[in-house]
Amino acid sequence: MNGIPFAHEHKLCLCHTCGYACQEGATRCPRCDSPVHRRKPNSISRTWAYLIAALIFYIPANVLPVMYTNLLGNRSESTIMSGVIEFFESGSWDIAILIFVASVLVPCIKFLVLGMLLITCQRRSTWAMRERARLYRFIELIGYWSMLDVLVVALVASLVQFRELSTIEPRLGILFFGLVVVMTMFAAMSFDPRLIWDAEVEDV
Amino acid sequence: MICTSPLALTVQKKTLHTAINEVSFRAARSYLLTSASMASMSTVHPIEHSSGLIICEHCDSLYEAHPLQPGEAAFCLRCEALLGRGHRVTIEQLLALTIAAAMLFLFANLFPVISINMKGLSNEVTLWQSVEALAQGRITIIALVAGLSIIFAPLLQIVLLFWVLVHAHKGIVAPGFRTCMRALEHLRPWSMLEVCMLGILVAIIKLSGMLDVHPGVGLWAMAMLMVLILLIANKDIRRLWDELGVQPQ
Repeated sequence: MNGIPFAHEHKLCLCHTCGYACQEGATRCPRCDSPVHRRKPNSISRTWAYLIAALIFYIPANVLPVMYTNLLGNRSESTIMSGVIEFFESGSWDIAILIFVASVLVPCIKFLVLGMLLITCQRRSTWAMRERARLYRFIELIGYWSMLDVLVVALVASLVQFRELSTIEPRLGILFFGLVVVMTMFAAMSFDPRLIWDAEVEDV
Repeated sequence: MICTSPLALTVQKKTLHTAINEVSFRAARSYLLTSASMASMSTVHPIEHSSGLIICEHCDSLYEAHPLQPGEAAFCLRCEALLGRGHRVTIEQLLALTIAAAMLFLFANLFPVISINMKGLSNEVTLWQSVEALAQGRITIIALVAGLSIIFAPLLQIVLLFWVLVHAHKGIVAPGFRTCMRALEHLRPWSMLEVCMLGILVAIIKLSGMLDVHPGVGLWAMAMLMVLILLIANKDIRRLWDELGVQPQ
């Protein structure tokens, strides 16, 4: 494209752990001793696996209740969406938007973007490579903010513990939601953004 | 120098030359727009780095390393990813910040982050108790993830950083340096203090509708710890490989 040399043209490959330029063919980085690969091994199939696992967990995460509330005899169970709606109706729409973004929008964006990256890389598309690279860095950056809901439930549940009077307890849904976050993080980590640029080179 | 073929080397230098012009133009523009301090950048001159070469981890482009001034940043010309930054803090300052972070970590974990009042009954919670609240029956595994992200990962980061920096300060490579550095790399994505901080704030607002909520000492320590962790435990720590001159085996 713009003539910047690729590392593999110079028989070099990058150690992802310490940033050392290793000789191609090395299995371990000579400097930090961690495994080195030209591309992350089985990147595409691993990412698909994590992504599909996350998608499957995403269903119970949204259907099952994440929190059980007993406030002075008012018992209720709330899911992630009902929590957002509750905030919205009580007037604090800013917090409602914050939670909606962190626990609904961010995972959905991750699913869509990773799926799109995987499909375009499999088809060796040269479409919008720079923008796709930027999208990948973006989802790497926003991914872990979805943990917000898990931590909020943990804090609230540990605070409101007044025996019969009022209690808040975590429910099964939060387990699945946490697993969705972990799975999408693994998916983003196992995707190799260098695959986006491989379409530029004929012999890879 | 690692490049074996002399031809490859000349090709590389030529492309680098054009690259630099393009970059200084873009950098000048961003300087005008953001007034970021001296955001010029990029490539050229070997020797400074022990390997002399930088490979972009996002697109595999190869550059020659060029020492950056504090405030400068180098971006990949192909994919626009960050290649490196000039260091603003010295090893000594990093060590001081790590010690400060260790103390703040103690405060954030020993003191309650939130306390509540309800009809004369009161309760307060530390970070550890909030993780414990998740450890119930079938969902225990999520307590492990939460514990890792807000307690264990930051703790390990601080301990490992202290270990390598104390030795680096004296100019020596710490025993187990390789293992420590590898662990720091793998811990980074799992350390989520910023998320925890936002979580505490959301929890406060969520509960303030139904009862009296007071932020605790732990919250303030947490806020400062979050900033310090962002400063000390970022990718910049990789500089130690070069500054200590760790030789490939």
